[in-house]
Amino acid sequence: MSANNHIDHDTLATLQEVMEDDFQHLIETFISDSSQKMTDMQRALAAGLSDELRRAAHSFKGSSSNIGAGGLVALCKAIEDKAAVADLAGIEMQIVDLQQEFNLVKGQLDIYL
Amino acid sequence: MINNDREITVLVADDTDTDRLILETIVKKEGHRVISARDGVEAVEQFENSRPDIVLLDALMPNMDGFEAARRIKSLAGEELIPIIFLTSLTDTPSLVKCLEAGGDDFLSKPYNRVILQAKIKAFYRMRTMNRTMLNQRDQIVKHNEHFLQEQTVAKQVFDNITSGGDLNTSSLRYFLSPLAVFNGDVMVASSTPAGNFMVLLGDFTGHGLPAAIGAMPLATTFYGMVSKGFSMADILAEINGKLKSILPVGLFCCATMVEVNFRKSSIRIWNGGLPPAYIYRNSGTVEAMKSTHLPLGVLNNRDFKADPALLQLEYGDRLYLWSDGIHESRNADGDMFGEERLMATFASNTVRDQLFDDLLAQVKAFTGDVEKSDDLSLVELLMAPIDVAYKDRFEPAKAQSQLAEWSLSFEVKPSSFAIFDPLPLLLSVLLEVPGLRNHSGTLYTVISELYTNALEHGVLGLDSGLKNDPEGFDQYYQLRKERTKEITQGFIRISLTHKTSSDGGVLSVIVEDSGLGFDFNALELDRPKVEYSGRGLRLVSSLCDTLKIEPPGNLVKATYRWHSDD
Repeated sequence: MSANNHIDHDTLATLQEVMEDDFQHLIETFISDSSQKMTDMQRALAAGLSDELRRAAHSFKGSSSNIGAGGLVALCKAIEDKAAVADLAGIEMQIVDLQQEFNLVKGQLDIYL
Repeated sequence: MINNDREITVLVADDTDTDRLILETIVKKEGHRVISARDGVEAVEQFENSRPDIVLLDALMPNMDGFEAARRIKSLAGEELIPIIFLTSLTDTPSLVKCLEAGGDDFLSKPYNRVILQAKIKAFYRMRTMNRTMLNQRDQIVKHNEHFLQEQTVAKQVFDNITSGGDLNTSSLRYFLSPLAVFNGDVMVASSTPAGNFMVLLGDFTGHGLPAAIGAMPLATTFYGMVSKGFSMADILAEINGKLKSILPVGLFCCATMVEVNFRKSSIRIWNGGLPPAYIYRNSGTVEAMKSTHLPLGVLNNRDFKADPALLQLEYGDRLYLWSDGIHESRNADGDMFGEERLMATFASNTVRDQLFDDLLAQVKAFTGDVEKSDDLSLVELLMAPIDVAYKDRFEPAKAQSQLAEWSLSFEVKPSSFAIFDPLPLLLSVLLEVPGLRNHSGTLYTVISELYTNALEHGVLGLDSGLKNDPEGFDQYYQLRKERTKEITQGFIRISLTHKTSSDGGVLSVIVEDSGLGFDFNALELDRPKVEYSGRGLRLVSSLCDTLKIEPPGNLVKATYRWHSDD
């Protein structure tokens, strides 16, 4: 995936077709959903709850995949995999990376709003 | 809604708003109804409230995960098929196995593909419809089956009521039949005759179930009706054959063996139409097979039907065995038939004769190794014994006392009745009350009817039988008969019947007297054949009776008729 390709616009085009008038609502939902997931992950990490961290990452990965955000999917999967084996070392940096990627995706999604 | 059948209701359970929103939209676009849930607890609640057709379930959800929700939904659904499709981006095999074990039917991975989701919903809805149809049909079959069993029970009761006219309590008879044998096509009827003989019929109808049982009803009613009235075995067989032939469709018939045991003479009459050979097991140890020499009952027209039982002399202690093909054809686990060899071996190995019956049953049951399969077995044993042994408790003459034995009767027909009344049926019905005379009803009818007609036409009406010698005279004769019968005001015909019994039968004397002038009976040579119509009646009567005497002046005729119980 190239650096400027944080979003698969073909996937979004298909979604737009399916969702019609609800498409904007979907994008808004994704953004608020994902912001919540970011918060959840940070909290889970702070409390050392690897299982909750894993679930949040898994869920974020799923919706990112639906929206065509391949970069987010890859980062979530890495966090999910580590959390699954309760290996929390270095995850903080990965969450920071994830937050940056999410910000970029949000920027790209702005054009659909 | 452009759906062929009905609206499909889909439950979407996903805690991620984004994913749920996408799914809801796709499902709605297909024209289905959507119900949503955010976690497992809500999913189970929604399932209970709305009973959706298909459930789309995210695996990882807060409060209650998808696995637990799936288990609960499947358990709530009972035997109804509720397809559960797991929504998951889980790809590792253990996770997928977990979904399946929880009751999942399929997966849908993220990102969602609209086309695949639509195809899955359709496919699973078809499966659900099919399953529902199958369950309905199964329930119907169960209901039909219950109904059928109930009908069988009722039919069995009816059949038992019919056969309760029978008399299976002789110490000479042992039998084994399954309680519902009549629905396997097997039927056994047995009863004693007025003369103290014992008649048994073992039948095996083609087919099973109701068609087989239906034929058993007329067979049983005919058998019991005729045996108790003293009809001969040949008459009973012919009657049953005729009945079955007329009521059963082609291809349905009854293989049967009928036996009449004469305990007094230690003889049996046996007729076998299509059943396996009956075996006579003699005191000497020899075994004789009585093979079928006739077609089964219900196949031939009575014209072609031969009811000619074989007569066999037995000794006290000899035994006769009848069976349907259930014994020969019972199979063991390997599919081998019990067959005749094993049957003969059982005879050969028998040491206690009283136990042979039990031995035979035990051998067959041990062979099949399955009581279920023994349902088709029908086995009958008849033991030749002195009559007071055969009928232990109810000594047979006691029964005979309630029947007409010695009696006489005088019956007079007066002028106004000549034209309208035929005394024959009335007199015959009295004669039929005498057990031994039933077999002779045809002959007796001829005798009395000839004598009565003579008394009426020649005696009372004074008609000359010589008139009947040419066709014109014949007509004139009947014209005169008609006129004179109408006009007559005087005269009578008196019929006297007297019956006496003897040790082996009885004597019936018939006297017919009329008020006429008599005739020159000396001119009548009863021994010589005659071609004219006149006088033929008396000649016929003379040939049928033991004695025939005409008293002067020729208006009283006395005939005696002797019968023997074994005729």
